[in-house]
Amino acid sequence: MRKKAIIAMSGGVDSSVAAYLTKERGFECIGATMKLYDNEDIGLPRGHTCCSLDDFEDAKSIAYRIGIPHYVFNFSDLFCEKVIAEFVSAYLNGATPNPCIDCNRFLKFDKLLMRAKELNCDYVVTGHYARIEKDETTGRYLLKKAADSTKDQSYVLYSMTQEQLSHTLFPLGGYRKTQVREIAERLGFCTAKKHDSQDICFVPNGRYAEFIEKYTGKSSSKGDFLDADGNLLGRHGGIIRYTIGQRKGLGISAKKPLYVTKIDPAANTVTLGREEMLYSKRFTASDLNFISVAAKEADFPMRIKAKIRYRGPEQPATLTRIDTDLAEIAFDEPQRAVTKGQAVVFYDGDVVVGGGTIR
Amino acid sequence: MQIYLDNAATTKMSKTAIEAMLPYMDGIYANPSSLHLLGQQANEALFHAREKIAGLLGCDAGEITFTSGGSEADNQAIVSAARIGEKQNKKHIISTAFEHHAVLHTLERLEREGFEVTLLDVNENGVIHPRQVAEAIRPDTCLVTVMYANNEIGTVEPIAEIGQICREKGVLFHTDAVQAAGHLKIDVKEQNIDMLSLSAHKFHGPKGVGALYARKGIRLTSLMEGGAQERGKRAGTENIPGIIGLAAAFEEACENIDRNAEKTTYLRDMLIAGISEIPHSILNGDAKKRLPGNVNFCFEGIEGESLLLCLSDKGVYGSSGSACTSGSLDPSHVLLAIGRTHDIAHGSLRLTLSEENTEEEIKYTIAAVKEIVAYLRGFSPVWRDCVSGKKDFIIK
Repeated sequence: MRKKAIIAMSGGVDSSVAAYLTKERGFECIGATMKLYDNEDIGLPRGHTCCSLDDFEDAKSIAYRIGIPHYVFNFSDLFCEKVIAEFVSAYLNGATPNPCIDCNRFLKFDKLLMRAKELNCDYVVTGHYARIEKDETTGRYLLKKAADSTKDQSYVLYSMTQEQLSHTLFPLGGYRKTQVREIAERLGFCTAKKHDSQDICFVPNGRYAEFIEKYTGKSSSKGDFLDADGNLLGRHGGIIRYTIGQRKGLGISAKKPLYVTKIDPAANTVTLGREEMLYSKRFTASDLNFISVAAKEADFPMRIKAKIRYRGPEQPATLTRIDTDLAEIAFDEPQRAVTKGQAVVFYDGDVVVGGGTIR
Repeated sequence: MQIYLDNAATTKMSKTAIEAMLPYMDGIYANPSSLHLLGQQANEALFHAREKIAGLLGCDAGEITFTSGGSEADNQAIVSAARIGEKQNKKHIISTAFEHHAVLHTLERLEREGFEVTLLDVNENGVIHPRQVAEAIRPDTCLVTVMYANNEIGTVEPIAEIGQICREKGVLFHTDAVQAAGHLKIDVKEQNIDMLSLSAHKFHGPKGVGALYARKGIRLTSLMEGGAQERGKRAGTENIPGIIGLAAAFEEACENIDRNAEKTTYLRDMLIAGISEIPHSILNGDAKKRLPGNVNFCFEGIEGESLLLCLSDKGVYGSSGSACTSGSLDPSHVLLAIGRTHDIAHGSLRLTLSEENTEEEIKYTIAAVKEIVAYLRGFSPVWRDCVSGKKDFIIK
């Protein structure tokens, strides 16, 4: 019997081509677009024709063009609970969250995968740039970087479990983005020239502080800017407006440029300092997930390369376990702006060893 | 096996309607406003169709305006009543919380213009009490609009009683009868209805055509500017084949109304009895005061989307909630209005029958629903939590 796959189609070029490639490989395909929020949820009027509705239409038109059925699944309750609420709570706690990771974890590879199983599908397919391979010696599924290193998305996928990896296909893992666009253009897909998504999908225009204030119904309370010694430097506009390493928009004049070095949600203070103060060698991470090795069998301390932001470089480090769900990462060289709430992902060459959330 | 149980969404066209329409696409295709003989023949057909529909509703031909369907008729009725009210400084409208969006969204637009809208509670059984209307009417009320029968849960409202109250109080009364027309007996004079909307494709007529009855003397507001068709109240060349199809289908439905109702009611009650055997399921809407063809259930621990797709795989075509333009399923405002919680409203199933369904189909459907509900509950974390006692069942 033909294997069945659900393709997560966002209405973008990548998932369009992923759907096409999966169909070409002989799978029986179902296209699915997840409805993740209502306009009202993100502070847009109901009547406003949002871009996401256009994206639904784009996804549908691609699905029909390649000859597969297409459904819209309404997962907005779950998205609100697992992604939006967590996003807001992280900012209120002085962290800088990565909601795309939560969306992958709770929506694409959990909820959608469950829906796939309900509908007798063997796989969930997405347009991520990453590769999944089975290690025949250990029997484990490996998550590896994409062939196109400039587009590699393995960082946002580190939370995938063995069960999820065994039921997931990333058809674009071996392609370059330019090839994907070429395929889309050759097939006349309306999505061929669409821009890559940059912003957080549910925060219109990237104005996340406004979004959080609307969501909580409270304007964030102003507080003090301090220097490293606790001296008052000025007033800040609410901690949610700042992230570690930020220099712009502080409204403080100083001889040398000042950067955000620390956010203290309890005291409602933001500490500023010179750039060299952003560098640190050690930090801890929790909410750990291991992929290439079973968490129980992992051999610590472990030499890995750690990546602490999506667009950042990997740096050699030593990983030590402190507790079941707590690890310490010690870089060989100090790194700039280790930011609470972001993910740290451990690599061994092209292979994702695992990852966690920076504490 | 293909079992169509989505007749509230739309119906299959009847042979009678199709055959009635064909000559008006092929032979008598002229514009009814044209002076030549062919045009006059088309105009004559239009006249007879209008007379026929008026006769079936118990009104005069001059009181019927053809529209593009139920939504347009609802829009025009409500906007017209609002414009009439406005002139007398009456800017209050009474409706219910579970109307079709064609009504609710029109009311929302009027609210933005400064009208005040009271939405009556539809109670747990989905039926309002005429007393609620009487109590809500104020000196500045210009319109009461209450649907004849609900499109999701099929409950039938006490239209004649509401009509009488409105007549006594001198308030215009409109009813959205899109689900009722052709299925329940309607007499607009006897039931004191001032305005009524209907749509052809809900009773085996064609899509894209409907009618608005407005009692003589009620000045309709035109929603579209253009020619003087429909006495200047609805511009645009008349959809002659559609109107002929509407009239033919409506006549056929009304002639057979008792027999059809008897048959579908029998099948409906059989389907309700069968599905009720599923533990932790509940029928939505009053069991008796409902349309002959409507079955609507909620199931604990199930999502409507999965249920529908699994049923579709087995050849049973039902629906759930109300499909928005994107085709996604939002928790139904109707189910929320009768007090179902958000979680439960997600797990609803609407099966709507026609007289063409058979006992065999209903038996097959009952077995399929039972099997799929059990299968999907096997995946459901909510169901697992309920069974293990971690969470209370919402549906006992």
